[in-house]
Amino acid sequence: MTTLSFDASSDPILERRRRIQSVASVSLKRRKVYSRIAIGICWLFLAVAIVPLIAVVFYVVIKGLPAWSVDFFTKVTVPEGIPGGGVWNAIVGTIEIGAVATAVTVPIGLLCGLFLAESEGKVAATIRFSADVMTGVPSITIGIFGYIAIVKNFGGYSGLAGAFAIGIIMLPVIMRAGETAIRGVPANLSEAAFALGARKAATARRVVLPAALPGIITGVLLAIARGLGETAPLLLTIFGNQYLQWNPTKPMEALPLVIYNNSSQPYADLLQVAWGAALLLMVVVLILSIGSRVVASVLQREKR
Amino acid sequence: MTMAVQTPRGGARRGGRLALSNGVYRGLLAAVVAVFVAVVIWFLVSLIVQARPAFSTLGFSWIIQKTWDPNSNKFGLLPFILGTIETTAIAMVLAVPIGLGTALSLAYLVPHRLRPPLSTAVELLAAVPSVVYGLWGLIVLAPLFREHVEPFLTSVLGWTGLFNGPDQGVGLLLAGVILFVMVLPTMVAISRDVLAVVPNEQVEGAMALGATRWQVLRKVVVPGARTGLLGGFTLATGRALGETVAVALVIGNSPYIAHSIKSPAATLPSLIVNNFGEATGTELSALFGAGLVLLVIGVAVNAVARMLVRSTSRAAAAASVAVA
Repeated sequence: MTTLSFDASSDPILERRRRIQSVASVSLKRRKVYSRIAIGICWLFLAVAIVPLIAVVFYVVIKGLPAWSVDFFTKVTVPEGIPGGGVWNAIVGTIEIGAVATAVTVPIGLLCGLFLAESEGKVAATIRFSADVMTGVPSITIGIFGYIAIVKNFGGYSGLAGAFAIGIIMLPVIMRAGETAIRGVPANLSEAAFALGARKAATARRVVLPAALPGIITGVLLAIARGLGETAPLLLTIFGNQYLQWNPTKPMEALPLVIYNNSSQPYADLLQVAWGAALLLMVVVLILSIGSRVVASVLQREKR
Repeated sequence: MTMAVQTPRGGARRGGRLALSNGVYRGLLAAVVAVFVAVVIWFLVSLIVQARPAFSTLGFSWIIQKTWDPNSNKFGLLPFILGTIETTAIAMVLAVPIGLGTALSLAYLVPHRLRPPLSTAVELLAAVPSVVYGLWGLIVLAPLFREHVEPFLTSVLGWTGLFNGPDQGVGLLLAGVILFVMVLPTMVAISRDVLAVVPNEQVEGAMALGATRWQVLRKVVVPGARTGLLGGFTLATGRALGETVAVALVIGNSPYIAHSIKSPAATLPSLIVNNFGEATGTELSALFGAGLVLLVIGVAVNAVARMLVRSTSRAAAAASVAVA
């Protein structure tokens, strides 16, 4: 044994291997410690991220639920100090503005999506690029546009001006989502339709659009969810209205406006209405987002 | 050839009114696209036209002047441009590391069974309207910041000089934090998606070479998802720059350049939304000008991001073709 160890220590190759091993084990230890710390930081960041997000949802539910009552959904807003009242006028406004914006932008957006999906080249690329940029445009500037284009030219603040602004925000989203969904349809489906003698329009209506429907519905629902939550454009276009207003050519109220205006008020009752409206808006938006997933997966399963 | 292309009359009738000829169909699509293009041009032109009086009466330098005082006809935008950049910077300094760490955890560290529900929850949170974050920030977070967070930060970091002045709750810091919370779900959702699609072979290859878990994430997963991560970060930056109501509720709205991270300030969007109601004449035009400046900053960030993403993805595609 002694001779062997004597030989080994004098053997340059074994000596080198031992040196490498000792360096490697030190390095491995260091790397492991380093890894532990870094992975720990990742977990810490996960916790840091989860806490405020849960807190937001928690507070909105806790503070919003007490505001909910039959009156909350059926009566119009009342000034501070007067008991009762609700947000019925804001619900009407939000639904009408959302419905008009959706009804106008969905057909336009889908046809643009069809165009983009069927076109290559510089023109299509430019349009695609401008649609992408439009999705990132600050929403307040869209509000300014709504004010300049509609409010100033067509008889003042109105629900339609708000629907115009919200529609401009939704349009590029629907375009790009539509294009992606349509591009996802296998080319052999439309080729088969062409082979049967169908023209492009019939192919698009009977074959491509039905096949792309899950993706389209998902995109449209997400666009509506985004549109309903927008506040800044509405501040510049619909003005707000404490009375019930069904006529979309007149100033209207909307849920985001109630939240924004009431939250900076020092009165507890107005603040409670703001929390109630926030909960309602959050629930609606979440239902739309969850609904888009459910619809997409159900239609996907039916197709198989 | 022409015979084959022609549709028999009966076929056309069966197709009903939608049996448009190919030319008419393409024409219809092009017309609708033209509507979109017209709206985009209308948007840009009307903003420029309405902002022009401000430029012609105040000269171009008004954008970088320091004083906003409508009573003496001064409409300097510098405090608001700085406020916009500062709040966005605070938000991104917090959101980039925390968002990346969260996305890495969700994609690789959290137990497999928890990944889908947690990821879905994050994506759903991305849809929560910003005004809800603003309400929460003003009512819940502002008192907390005034009583606890700001005194603590001042006592620990006061020597930097960033935390001078009284603890007010509302101000740059709170606005930045609210923006951080607001953009976090979007950023995590995008980052998680691009991190999760890094090829498994590469991850396993790195592990087989003896890399630690962190080395795999740091040297294989993050570089592999670089392009998408960059896209997510810039998208979040764009949202933070343009956010209006959440910021307007918690920033304190002061038209002066902030001397401390706790000071009340204002951003371009909050300036517009707060002064829009009473503004007339040059002030209104100046507000439209502020919108134009914001639009230029926002579009620049967006366009640079998309071009960056496109060039890196093209380079990556070329590299993968070369390797194959």
